[in-house]
Amino acid sequence: MSREEFPNIEMVSNQACLLTFSQVISEATSNYIAQVTQHLVKLTGIVDLVPSYTTLLVVFDDDHYDRFAIFKTIRQTIKAIDPNDFSVKDQREVVIPVYYGKEVGPDIEDVARHCKLSIDEVIQRHSETTYRAYAIGFTPGFAFLGNTPDELHVPRKTTPRLKVPIGSVALAENQTAVYPSVTPGGWQIIGRTPVNLIDWDSKNLALIAMGDSVRFEPISRDEFLVQGGQLDGF
Amino acid sequence: MAFKVIKPGLLALIQDLGRHGHQSIGLTTGGPMDEVAFRWANALLDNHSNSAQIEITFGMFTLEAQANTSIAITGADLAATLNDKSITPWQTYAIKKGDVLAFHQPVWGLRVYLAVKGGFICEPTLGSVATVVREKIGGLTGKGDKLQKGDLLAYQATSLHEKRSVPRLAIPNYGNRDIPVILGYQYQSFSTLERANFFSSDYKVSSNSDRMGYRLEGKEVHSNLKGIISEGIAYGAIQVPKDGQPIVLLQDRQTIGGYPKMGCVTHVGGGILAQQKPGDIIQFTPITVDQAEQERHLQMARLAQWR
Repeated sequence: MSREEFPNIEMVSNQACLLTFSQVISEATSNYIAQVTQHLVKLTGIVDLVPSYTTLLVVFDDDHYDRFAIFKTIRQTIKAIDPNDFSVKDQREVVIPVYYGKEVGPDIEDVARHCKLSIDEVIQRHSETTYRAYAIGFTPGFAFLGNTPDELHVPRKTTPRLKVPIGSVALAENQTAVYPSVTPGGWQIIGRTPVNLIDWDSKNLALIAMGDSVRFEPISRDEFLVQGGQLDGF
Repeated sequence: MAFKVIKPGLLALIQDLGRHGHQSIGLTTGGPMDEVAFRWANALLDNHSNSAQIEITFGMFTLEAQANTSIAITGADLAATLNDKSITPWQTYAIKKGDVLAFHQPVWGLRVYLAVKGGFICEPTLGSVATVVREKIGGLTGKGDKLQKGDLLAYQATSLHEKRSVPRLAIPNYGNRDIPVILGYQYQSFSTLERANFFSSDYKVSSNSDRMGYRLEGKEVHSNLKGIISEGIAYGAIQVPKDGQPIVLLQDRQTIGGYPKMGCVTHVGGGILAQQKPGDIIQFTPITVDQAEQERHLQMARLAQWR
């Protein structure tokens, strides 16, 4: 991996600054942001961190630290990081079992038609790709995973659903995601996982963290039910 | 010992200063919409600055005390009464067992903070009791429920009471509806003309405003950018979607978003904004980070001096 450029730091409010690492989305930039986030999270005076595709928002305690001191600490911390140190061992792989099918993935036929593939081919393409979690947001634990293979690119639905069931696995443009809670949503739903994406009682709270590698593994309807999957919700 | 909720009103929520440190997994902070008012209510009672309070929006909220205590109310004037006698905000009141405390409807402002000596006793979730209804987290149940009829808001009973009120100068100037904005994020993508329009126009608070964001109606402003790569949203960020109508993102905001942003309102400005009702008119005024820091430090110094 080539040396990433030092991020641009800009104040955006009286208690937050935005670190911009690049103008374009890439895996290298994403790795670097994940790495910087892991280092900054340990610093006192930093209240919250919001990593995304090309940026990292740093919220600090402006009642006890002034911005110049925070800037200095951020700069020193980043300078001490070697982006080339980011190795595969730092990156977790999360495997998510999915029951693909019309019963829980009502858009899978439309997706197959749009992509000129059979349903089995859609499942195969979706589950043979390893994705990266570029950002977490929208709702707690919702990971924006990219990139889907070119043949699976589909537009969002023209009318979003008012209620997308928990665990729904969906596609939109070059991204895929799992809905961690019942929310409105406009992505094309192709299946469902029995696994919880968010658990307030667990240590990490969210199953997927920014920078993780994510794979989907097809499971049968029976396995889905055995693992506690629910079929209703639409 | 507790206050019993007789009438739950439109929206009454347990809040502290918010749930911080979890935005990286997409969990919003919550917290008081008018932070200055919240901080003063705790200061009046010598509570910890993060002690749990009730944020009462609009009114129609009635409580009955089951034991003696001392309370502070700050923020809006919701025509509050104690045993049917009018009481005004920004001061403390002694509460006796059996007293009935009611918040009727807005005289001015929208949100009242009710603090009790020692703070309301409530089990935190992820380090905070702040209620975020949308994320089903915090509050009495831990599941993000707003207060319901019959709920018991527990406190440590005390007959100690000290009559105190916030110095007039320290109360935010709610009459000044010029909301200060720190320019940042994509403000350079708004032309000089667009920025001039934004800072010289009246904006009306839309009825679609809530704890997540205040939607405004008025002169359209447009960025040169169609969209941006999704990035972290700081408190007070002014997002401008395609329709050109600004949205100020507040305590229950989403953590990331992909619309161009003009900058951020300050906590003091956001608090004043959050006291506006649908239909109220506001303006924006640009300030520097230095000015915002001074404003903040002045507020914090007044609170510190008081304690």
